Amino acid sequence: MAELAEKKTRPQFRNIAVPQILSYRLPPAGVVSILHRISGALLFLFGIPFFLYLFQQSITSEISFESYRAVVGSVLGRLVMLVLIWAYVHHFLAGIRYLLLDRHVGIDKAGSRTSAHVVLGASLVLTALVALKLFGAF
Amino acid sequence: MTTSRIVVGAHYGLRDWLAQRISAVVLVVYTLLLLGTVVLLPELNYGTWAGLFASVWMKVATLLAVLALVYHAWVGVRDIFMDYIKPTGVRLFLQVATVVALVGYACWAVIILWRV
Repeated sequence: MAELAEKKTRPQFRNIAVPQILSYRLPPAGVVSILHRISGALLFLFGIPFFLYLFQQSITSEISFESYRAVVGSVLGRLVMLVLIWAYVHHFLAGIRYLLLDRHVGIDKAGSRTSAHVVLGASLVLTALVALKLFGAF
Repeated sequence: MTTSRIVVGAHYGLRDWLAQRISAVVLVVYTLLLLGTVVLLPELNYGTWAGLFASVWMKVATLLAVLALVYHAWVGVRDIFMDYIKPTGVRLFLQVATVVALVGYACWAVIILWRV
């Protein structure tokens, strides 16, 4: 009976509410997973139309190329690009991690934890490098 | 299993799961190809950039990547709707809107490539 009472008091996280989501401590693999979803949604909603528009302006004529350069040259345009580039890089690297996991590469606990950290770190580092390039550091 | 099939569900099998992974690999290859060819350009200006997409092989590769992207986005967005949107009517509406948007994007990409 003591065991039963103990089981009843265990916290249950079915249909968790928003305040619970915010205080829910996800393991790194879980962070990669939800960011994979969020970055995918961002790329669908904003990334495809934004980059198709930029592609159109950059390639149609020399005149439209100048309007492409104006968008890419503006601070707002660069910030939007940076967010979308982070989304692409994260989605790209996390996707490769999932393809490897499908091939049973790195499915042990320690390996999956390490690769999750690598994905999170590398996507931020690569985005930071693009940011430096965009804002003319090199 | 037949009775549990719903019109706004998944396609009940390996096909979409596999298509998601194959289209992902196509996109990885195209991304590296595009980065590589742009880096190898002697200078990045309108002439060299448009010249890159003037070749037939680059047009075909880009179109393949766009088709892979559209299928990939469809499966991914549908998965999100299946997880969070429960009323069948709302989910169907969102799925139809997604298909319309994605097919529209594919058409737009063809028109852009056609001009170069």
